Amino acid sequence: MSSLLDVRNLTKKFGGLTAVNNVTIGIEPQSISAIIGPNGAGKTTLFNLLTGIYKPDTGTMMFDGHSLVGLRPDQVNAAGMSRTFQSIRLFHGMTVLENVMVGMHSRLNISLFNTLTRTAGFNRQEVHVKQKASDLLRFVGLAGKGDEVSRNLPYGDQRRVEIARALASDPKLILLDEPTAGMNPQETVDAMALFRRVRDELGVTVVLIEHDMRVVMGISEYISVLDYGQKIAEGTPDEIRSNPRVIEAYLGRRAAGVVEPETSAEVN
Amino acid sequence: MAVKSSVQQNSRAMFRAALKRPAVVGSLLVAYILVAVLILNSLDRSNLWFPFYSTLTFPVLVLSPFIILAAPVRGWFKGVLVAALLFLVIPYLGMRDSSYLELVIQICIFAGLALGLNIVVGFAGLLDLGYIAFFAVGAYTWAMFTSGASTVFNINGWLVSGSAFYLFIFLGIFVAAIVGILLGLPVLRLRGDYLAIVTLGFGEMIRVIANNLDQPINFTNGSQGLFGVGRPPVPFFLRDGVLAVESALGLSIANVDPLSQQLLFYFIAIAIIGVIIVVARRLDNSPIGRAWTAIREDEVAAIAMGVPLVRMKLLAFATGASFAGAIGVIYAAKQTFVSPESFSLIQSISILAMVIVGGMGGIRGALLGAVIVTMLNLLVLKNLSLQINALRNIDFVIPIINYHIRDWPTQLEPAKYERLIFGLLLIVMMIFRPAGLLPEPRRRMELQEKDEEIVDEEISSEAGDEQPVVSAVRPDAEQA
Repeated sequence: MSSLLDVRNLTKKFGGLTAVNNVTIGIEPQSISAIIGPNGAGKTTLFNLLTGIYKPDTGTMMFDGHSLVGLRPDQVNAAGMSRTFQSIRLFHGMTVLENVMVGMHSRLNISLFNTLTRTAGFNRQEVHVKQKASDLLRFVGLAGKGDEVSRNLPYGDQRRVEIARALASDPKLILLDEPTAGMNPQETVDAMALFRRVRDELGVTVVLIEHDMRVVMGISEYISVLDYGQKIAEGTPDEIRSNPRVIEAYLGRRAAGVVEPETSAEVN
Repeated sequence: MAVKSSVQQNSRAMFRAALKRPAVVGSLLVAYILVAVLILNSLDRSNLWFPFYSTLTFPVLVLSPFIILAAPVRGWFKGVLVAALLFLVIPYLGMRDSSYLELVIQICIFAGLALGLNIVVGFAGLLDLGYIAFFAVGAYTWAMFTSGASTVFNINGWLVSGSAFYLFIFLGIFVAAIVGILLGLPVLRLRGDYLAIVTLGFGEMIRVIANNLDQPINFTNGSQGLFGVGRPPVPFFLRDGVLAVESALGLSIANVDPLSQQLLFYFIAIAIIGVIIVVARRLDNSPIGRAWTAIREDEVAAIAMGVPLVRMKLLAFATGASFAGAIGVIYAAKQTFVSPESFSLIQSISILAMVIVGGMGGIRGALLGAVIVTMLNLLVLKNLSLQINALRNIDFVIPIINYHIRDWPTQLEPAKYERLIFGLLLIVMMIFRPAGLLPEPRRRMELQEKDEEIVDEEISSEAGDEQPVVSAVRPDAEQA
């Protein structure tokens, strides 16, 4: 089975720090995968490399049969990979509906002439854009909130707007960067249901960075673990849960119970 | 007592309700404009206090379109009022006193520039401190091809006649847009303060080029400037119209030809501003406008959502530049003189001040800013200086404090304090209304529409209950 996203030997250095070190990850189509790891493990850097915000030093990234290396973020979006941000980056002054409409940019026919002369095609497109944006808002559970300025929405709703905005470009794959951070338990449960519906109803492959283990274990079919920029493990939730290297990365060597005490003393 | 205060409250509520009724507000607006026109009409230049009175009255008239547009009356009525103001009242006042016409043309020129800069700064959030350069490009485009100075164009007989003016408006748009893209390409990788400084440098570059391009081949006539710039021919019907109005109203117009020329520029300026407003609105209300707003709000998120950053920024730069180019052509023809000094940094800053005072990102705001700042510069301060001079000449003494206006030092003339008052205005704005006088309407568009619906319902429900209230209150109101 061929991967939708095939990352090989990806490396990114910032000065002396190797943020992503020789990482190889494959994402199957229609799957829900998680990338986990302690703070500073290079998860968000990996997302930024995938979406063209950073350029990798070495390595290849194939998405849907095309290389992503050297593409600008807007080209990556047009190629069918969209994302949300760890710290919410909505267009705060715009309405919720407008936020989602902006997300459709790469799918629109943008012509200065049509815009100025208001051709029938332009008007049709505007109606379609508005309709689709409201449909997406309904999908993420924000029906009727389209006219609110996004700044005024509660935190959890802002996260939903970001997801709707990311879905607006009809992506094949959506990258969610800590989508449940700051949510209360009930919101988290709702969010998990939403991620499943994104995959099941829209057929969009989901990749998420997450710290909340209930979310990670509850929703993902496949997990990759990063630590200090390197992939230290991958597998199903059950495999990851019992993987000594993962436990070591999260809780320290002693807790992992697999290494002699004197070696751990050396490390510390 | 209690009864009386409740009656007072009633009458106040009634008054407030009346202010929401289109018919009442409409008649108030008409009365307002008529009173302003009558006062302006009755002013006499030879009167000692003329500068003072015209300073008080003319802004009232020029600001009336904004009051009309904000008033709760029907759309067609607003249109009729504004059209009457633009096409009847102002031309009429201009015929009586051409200095008003001159002022309104200047306001239009700056309004066009403010609208153009508003696209760049307000819509796309790109702080451009060299915007005047594109105005210069437009002005020089027309001036070089028509000036009587001994430029390479004149010597080789490449000059065009004044009737090519309308074609050159389009050429000015085109050339300025090209220059906008050429300047934009290297600088738009920068953000915020860095972009501001680099655009400032580029703006100065254009001025320095204009100053030095008299050698080795004389294109711009250097610092001497291009004089004798061509003007569009006045169509015969406009001159005939002026003469007809003159005889019909019993006016005595001293110089019919210059006045017709000014009227022509006035109508051209109004037409250009109209086109610019339509273009700006359509851009704002489109995927392009949304992309610009997104870039202004968060560049990283915008590009990650598929907005091609460089292309959209260049489009904003080119659009803003093209407005300035068109206005520049008109400016050159109206002044008949173009020199590098007209395009200094302080002009860029003035236009930016207009956008800030009016309200960044809103079309009406940019227009209001242009009107206020231009009137402050060209009417209020100038007239106050004139007034002081007039009083000085007749040795006017302020009663009670017994102060001779003659003793007022000439260094303290208001016209010399343009920059000071400008600076104070900006500081006050930043403290009390940082978003401008008319903040961007776009973001609140949907919310406002809802509010208006609610207001409409209130009016209609109140209108039904109103009859008894009116009759109950009337006796008391008569007593008062």
